Amino acid sequence: MLNTHDILETIKMISEENLDIRTVTMGISLLDCAGDDVSSVCGKIHAKISRSAEHLVSASAEIEKRYGIPIINKRISVTPISLLTAGLTKKDPILLAETLDRAAADTGVNFIGGYSALVHKGYAAGDKELIDSIPEALARTKRVCSSVNIGSTRAGINLDAAYHAAKVIKQAAILTKDDSFFGAAKIVVFCNAVEDNPFMAGAFHGIGEPDTVINVGVSGPGAVRAAVAKHPDATINELAEVIKKTAFKVTRMGQLVGGEVSRSLGVQFGIVDLSLAPTPAVGDSVARILETMGLSVCGCYGTTAALALLNDAVKKGGVMAAQNVGGLSGAFIPVSEDEGMIAAVRQGCLTLEKLEAMTAVCSVGLDMVAVPGDTSDEVIAAMLADEAAIGMINNKTTAVRVIPAIGMKAGDEINFGGLFGSAPIMNINTFSPEKFIQRGGRIPAPLQSLRN
Amino acid sequence: MRAVITVIGKDTVGILAKVTGICAKYNVNVTDVSQTIMQELFAMNMLADIDGLTAPYGAFADEMGALGDELGLKVHVMHEDIFNSMHRI
Repeated sequence: MLNTHDILETIKMISEENLDIRTVTMGISLLDCAGDDVSSVCGKIHAKISRSAEHLVSASAEIEKRYGIPIINKRISVTPISLLTAGLTKKDPILLAETLDRAAADTGVNFIGGYSALVHKGYAAGDKELIDSIPEALARTKRVCSSVNIGSTRAGINLDAAYHAAKVIKQAAILTKDDSFFGAAKIVVFCNAVEDNPFMAGAFHGIGEPDTVINVGVSGPGAVRAAVAKHPDATINELAEVIKKTAFKVTRMGQLVGGEVSRSLGVQFGIVDLSLAPTPAVGDSVARILETMGLSVCGCYGTTAALALLNDAVKKGGVMAAQNVGGLSGAFIPVSEDEGMIAAVRQGCLTLEKLEAMTAVCSVGLDMVAVPGDTSDEVIAAMLADEAAIGMINNKTTAVRVIPAIGMKAGDEINFGGLFGSAPIMNINTFSPEKFIQRGGRIPAPLQSLRN
Repeated sequence: MRAVITVIGKDTVGILAKVTGICAKYNVNVTDVSQTIMQELFAMNMLADIDGLTAPYGAFADEMGALGDELGLKVHVMHEDIFNSMHRI
């Protein structure tokens, strides 16, 4: 017989501490849909996605029921669409975006990622057209998510692409002004983008991936916070052990659910993303974990150190629990989606500069950060470049999802609703990096030996 | 396949009878029962063989959930593998 304590612990983690599977994401290769005629390509894309993901939502729902564990999101990631744009006679990818949106609606998933281009070293055929089309594509669709990879440790940072992406982000916000600038929330600009990320908005299905694959992202900030709270007098290394053990349990659940969904669909199981993904719900916050560890407010000195420990312990606990680990793996710090982060920004404790420092030691980067609407393209481009530089030098994935709130200023607030929460518009350093950004070109790849 | 049925809440007369009544209705064989008082709450765990279920698993789980709502208790039906995978290496 199972131990009663263990059973009750699991039930408590799920029902009181918001433990869930954050996303089951099916990666689908669209390489076999390429062609030169846009309507034929659209037809093939819709058919392939509909066929591959026909049972994704129903199979996930059945497994959710069987194990009593909520699966919050069912999603699809596809081959970067710039690769399909490349071969089109008339390089107009908007129709492809609309096809993706329709396929996502037909299969019942809430987001489809992969309206993307990888331009860290330069633009190939179709890349420019794809990136140019992002604002309109995101304004005309509901479920499509987009990403641009502008840098990598091996290639350096494409500053032209950073500038291009910044203009696209601004334009996406303008075109979705009446919808809380939500277009900008569906664009992620990466350095060292990964091919098997299950999380939106940055998910795409890399070209090294199998034809179809199931990737899973777990969650559990509430469960980690509750575990930390039970040890008010523990030393830091004892806390690290507590976090590791909790992360192990959380990840095992992801491994189990991912395996079952894969088996049920007859699709290869890719990876578990060892993530701490917060939501705006009270008790499901990464910031609150840091505060339970002993910081008065997230953003004070000590936050970077506490986050480094948390992130590392989550990985150490999770890596033994999963067969294959991948994706972004680490604690997410999306401002608008984390109740504690929102509170910390409102109090004036958590600043953009501190957030940037935090991104050096955690998963991903500046996420769901709202900035004043009059922030120049050059400043946004420089933010992208700075974040990419942290990723490039530290051999990690970094990303920026920044929302220029057109017509609004620091201190105002945007309300996205649902899992996206609300974003206080942050104070921003407006001194100009214009000349640096306008030079263009590519920051060379960094030296990877002689490390200090 | 085995499921773990968990009942958590204030102890009242007839909980066991009502839960096992639903099990019998769906041809679910209860193989083990343990109960305890934890933090002033009544907690009962039952291990049940669900191979002979006469209806979809979801219907059985939903009826148990509805019983919980009716009695003001929390009744969960979860496949035993979730506990095994979380708590055993």
